[in-house]
Amino acid sequence: MRTPFYDQHNSLGAKIVDFHGWQMPLQYFGIIEEHKTVRSKVGLFDVSHMGIFKIKGQDAENCLQNLLTNDVSKLQENHALYSPMCLENGGIVDDIIVSRVNGEFLMVVNSSNIQKDFDWVKDHSMSALIDDTSEQMALLALQGPLALDVLNEVGPKEFDKLKPFEVTNSKLFEVDCIISRTGYTGEDGFEIFFESSENKIWDKLLEVGSKFQIKPIGLGARDTLRLEAGFMLYGNDLDENTTPLEVPLKWTVKFETDFVGKVALENQKVARKLVGFEILGTKRVARKGNGVYFNNSKVGMVTSGSFSPTLNKSIGFCFVSKEVPLDEIIQINIGNKNYDAKVTSTRFYKRR
Amino acid sequence: MSDRKFTESHEWVIIENELALVGISDFAQKQLGDIVSVELPKVGEEFKKKDTIAIIDSIKASSDIYCPIDGMIEKINEELIEHPELINKSPYESGWIVKIKPRDKGQLDSLMTQEQYDKFVGED
Repeated sequence: MRTPFYDQHNSLGAKIVDFHGWQMPLQYFGIIEEHKTVRSKVGLFDVSHMGIFKIKGQDAENCLQNLLTNDVSKLQENHALYSPMCLENGGIVDDIIVSRVNGEFLMVVNSSNIQKDFDWVKDHSMSALIDDTSEQMALLALQGPLALDVLNEVGPKEFDKLKPFEVTNSKLFEVDCIISRTGYTGEDGFEIFFESSENKIWDKLLEVGSKFQIKPIGLGARDTLRLEAGFMLYGNDLDENTTPLEVPLKWTVKFETDFVGKVALENQKVARKLVGFEILGTKRVARKGNGVYFNNSKVGMVTSGSFSPTLNKSIGFCFVSKEVPLDEIIQINIGNKNYDAKVTSTRFYKRR
Repeated sequence: MSDRKFTESHEWVIIENELALVGISDFAQKQLGDIVSVELPKVGEEFKKKDTIAIIDSIKASSDIYCPIDGMIEKINEELIEHPELINKSPYESGWIVKIKPRDKGQLDSLMTQEQYDKFVGED
């Protein structure tokens, strides 16, 4: 499958890879250069492979409140909310962002889960109407400390007022857009929804952004940026065999509400936890599936590993048994060799 | 025409002052993308052709580097420890990986020439 921007990626010289059936740009210039562009200036990402559902009707809020662990009743018009969505046994079906905008809900789901999520929501829809608009809608992310400056060049400076996790209707280049102040990079930034046919917005944002040295950014840097910022990735760090209580998502589980999986989570005896790690003395990169050892016994596995361009270190996330304390030294097995690593928070980078 | 020879696993080797200078091809570095770590062998270690002599990590993948010729490690490129990106920037010059004292230079005869390698990777 191709997003509406496929030809533009090619003409920019992107290295295209298959990502869950999508032909997506891995990189345009180099992952490290693109990563640093987002940390210091501004980058533009095509994230149109993500699934976008519209949920409306009288039961829309009830449906989402029942499906999501977070409290949808507290989600006000023109705001966005992050939440896991669980199975009855507490395993994570997906992690999503839902916005309440124009009197309906806009739910952004992982590209690998579109069909599964659609079926799951549909099965629990009560009388709510759910519409998979993934193909009709394009989604771009404009991320970095200068993202606001780029948007202010385009629109009437209204974006200064948009706070993190706020959502607004606006026009960019005469095109109706929904814009949220959200992202997956740890930087300030915006996500911009519009009709797929309006793919010229990509070129126009790059053109307007050129005075801020904007660059297009591929999935490679998207992964290193999210890892540094402590954001988990479904399929790596989260899956149906993982509950929100085993990963740093307790804050999204609101036991005062009723939701699918609540009973299982209330009764779960949590035995493992997802932590960050920093490999010591080498920059060898840990990969998903590498074994993690503590006091000579295996205590878990790496779920995500990469190189941090900001810290100039090899970092990642791994599961360990819950007794393993922060700052403790663990060993990570890469290619039949054990390397010392320090247990850290999952948040490696926090913007100033 | 350079005397540089190439393996099917994308190492290059060239004899300079009786030593076999080894690195990875421009095609290989482009495939790997940004290289962030290089694990080097120790000077004096003996290797046989096709043994793993080094491990390169890029952000996306780890790759073993195979010895193109039997011999002993005479020199390693220590610059790569702090600056692994030299392989991306200059795969045939400052991004060299090891120098090997070869046991039998004749082993290189079976490797590909630049022209044959370019055809092999479809870049001719």
